[in-house]
Amino acid sequence: MSKIPLTSISKPTKGAVGFTGFWRSFKPVIDQSKCVHCLQCWLYCPEGAIRRIGENLLNVEVDYEYCKGCGICANECPVKAIQMVLEE
Amino acid sequence: MVLSEVLTGNYAVAYAAKMARVQVIAAYPITPQTTIVEKLAQFVESGELNAKYIRVESEHSAMAACIGAAATGARAFTATASHGLLYMSEMVWWAGMGRYPIVMAVVTRAIGPPWSIWTEHNDVLAHRDSGWIIFFAEDNQEVFDLTVQAFRIAENEKVLQPVMVTLDAFILSHTAAPVLMPDQNQVDEFLPPPGSRKLPYRLDPNNPITHGNLTYPDYFMELRYEIMRAMENAKQVIIDTGRKYGEMTGRYYDGLIEKYKCSNAKAIIIAMGSSAGDAKEAADLLRDEGYEVGVIKMRTIRPFPFEELRETCRNAKIIGVVDRNYSYGFGGIIHGEVKSALNGLKITVQNFIAGLGGRDITVNDFINMGKKLIEMADKGLGEQPPIWINLKKEVIP
Repeated sequence: MSKIPLTSISKPTKGAVGFTGFWRSFKPVIDQSKCVHCLQCWLYCPEGAIRRIGENLLNVEVDYEYCKGCGICANECPVKAIQMVLEE
Repeated sequence: MVLSEVLTGNYAVAYAAKMARVQVIAAYPITPQTTIVEKLAQFVESGELNAKYIRVESEHSAMAACIGAAATGARAFTATASHGLLYMSEMVWWAGMGRYPIVMAVVTRAIGPPWSIWTEHNDVLAHRDSGWIIFFAEDNQEVFDLTVQAFRIAENEKVLQPVMVTLDAFILSHTAAPVLMPDQNQVDEFLPPPGSRKLPYRLDPNNPITHGNLTYPDYFMELRYEIMRAMENAKQVIIDTGRKYGEMTGRYYDGLIEKYKCSNAKAIIIAMGSSAGDAKEAADLLRDEGYEVGVIKMRTIRPFPFEELRETCRNAKIIGVVDRNYSYGFGGIIHGEVKSALNGLKITVQNFIAGLGGRDITVNDFINMGKKLIEMADKGLGEQPPIWINLKKEVIP
């Protein structure tokens, strides 16, 4: 069994405490037709739960397995392309 | 070359931190500590000390900045007192439990209300369980010597715990006395090069980790057990460091306690901080009158010197513990701890409460305490409730 370190440490790992998406009450839904590809949502997301996809990685999508639904992306979006929708 | 300067206790701390080549200083002013970080600011401004000086918005942030610095392996220092220490408290514990080898000077000062700027030890003792090694200094020379030693002790790989060096408000902090300082080359040899610690848990952008993450009950206790062991290791490291320092300076610090005329003492007075010197002078005068009194100065209260206290007190009839603090609903804090250390020995341990809020504890007070102890021993009296020294009974309703 590996030994404990001197102080508690953690390494960058995807989902070290499991899927956190189920904490969510509201989910961010991106209206791709309004998106201007400014990437503010990606920059501001505190959980790294916005993924950059597509050509030149300029399109965005939400990683719902880890998004906690804090709504910061919707708040920061300059063109109101993200709506917070109550989870069913 | 030995340098001799007339320094206040606060300046002695600042000179020691400079000679230790601290790399990060986080500073927030509070009486009676302010002149420590003022002097260090001067050293940084003049280029005498190459350090990052961070002016923070509170003591809480001061310690947080030190933790961040220490987490990267830098040598970090701050100073505070009283309410500042209490405001810092959450981060004081974070530093202790996270094992960051920070050095902090604490100028002991009473906690309000009523507002007070004078010495008392309750501020420091409120943090006795926080994983910090805690020293009490008797005079400005010891303030300097302890501050230099503190870095070596904190950064020892068997310890890796933060260290508090405490000095009494005004009696030491603002009173000037001659202080001998070793040569900078000697200090450079005595301490590891600053920032040389290549710890496995050091924060490093090339190998990203975070500290202090959520730890489930499965492993929490083991981390705490390791801190317990580090504090046990610290006992020998403190003794070794004091001896090594003695080889360098001729001023030896040989244990967690200092024994003064204890070997054939009937009564031993236990004191700490600046008043320990007055206690020793009282012992001299009492000895002249035929009273067999010795003095123990508590140099550290964490780690607590259980073994040394038992060994030194073994043949005494009575011990008097002078507490410049009080745990309300309990008694003097060090009295309780000394009693636990002497458990099983047939020795009366009497508590004296003295000097709260900066009231003087004079040589004459210690003489009276010594005579009281001898009288109790001769009459075979047991322990009485804590005796409050120089209490103005006439003003108490």
